[in-house]
Amino acid sequence: MTVPYTHVVFLSGMLFLLGMLCLIIRRNLIMMLLGLEVMLNAAAIAFVGASLHIGQLTGQAMTLFILAVAATEVAVGLALAVCIYRRTGTVDPACIEGDQCSL
Amino acid sequence: MNLHAVLFYLVSALIIGATAMAVTRRHMVHAVLFLVISFFGSALLFYLLGAPLLAALEVIVYAGAIMVLFLFVVMMMRIEPSDDFQEPIRKRLAAGGVGFLFLMLCALIVSRAGDAARMPMQARMVEPAAFGYFLFDSMWTADEIASLLLLVALVGVLHLGIGRGRRRTAGEEDG
Repeated sequence: MTVPYTHVVFLSGMLFLLGMLCLIIRRNLIMMLLGLEVMLNAAAIAFVGASLHIGQLTGQAMTLFILAVAATEVAVGLALAVCIYRRTGTVDPACIEGDQCSL
Repeated sequence: MNLHAVLFYLVSALIIGATAMAVTRRHMVHAVLFLVISFFGSALLFYLLGAPLLAALEVIVYAGAIMVLFLFVVMMMRIEPSDDFQEPIRKRLAAGGVGFLFLMLCALIVSRAGDAARMPMQARMVEPAAFGYFLFDSMWTADEIASLLLLVALVGVLHLGIGRGRRRTAGEEDG
């Protein structure tokens, strides 16, 4: 016997909230991508917990898919961040468009 | 409360603490290292929830590949650690409002959950071989889509890399 399913969902929700706050609060493209990773990881935890809860393997297969999506997203996102940094010299999303940078 | 439950709550506290530390660090290298701890905790959690293959993949792909990629980029850019939190009070209010709404939604869902979700789950372990058979037997479309996605990402990143070099030489000519 392990823990109830609601506790797994609650842990996943807290992690998702932390990732979302990181995405909203930070002004740095790389930290925003880190927030996205945290959110994807939270979804993966919820899927594995649901897979144990309903007793089927589909949730674990979905987690494998999430892993592939996370790898793809981080590769393309970091390539874009490096590209933006080379062209504008900053990773602040507020400074990329024009020269009205507040920093 | 048995060993499974004690381990689950310990690992959950570790994951949430490490992630909270990661998203509030000013220095990006520290943030990445805290997130590596968090992903190791997630791998332990996957093992507790009966998915040993996914636990191994979490360590290899998340903590190994993705975080090292982050570390490479952070070290390549040489960005000074600065106070990069959103200054306007509107953004902080928006973040607080979103967090409050989200917590309320979480509490609502957990309180409305049925009795089946409140009972402790039976501990089960899926052998990696059984999972592999399931994956390539009835989930092969998802595998093909994932491989296609990785190929598209490879082509896209390659295009970005080549295009960046061209634009940079053009920019140097302009300057």
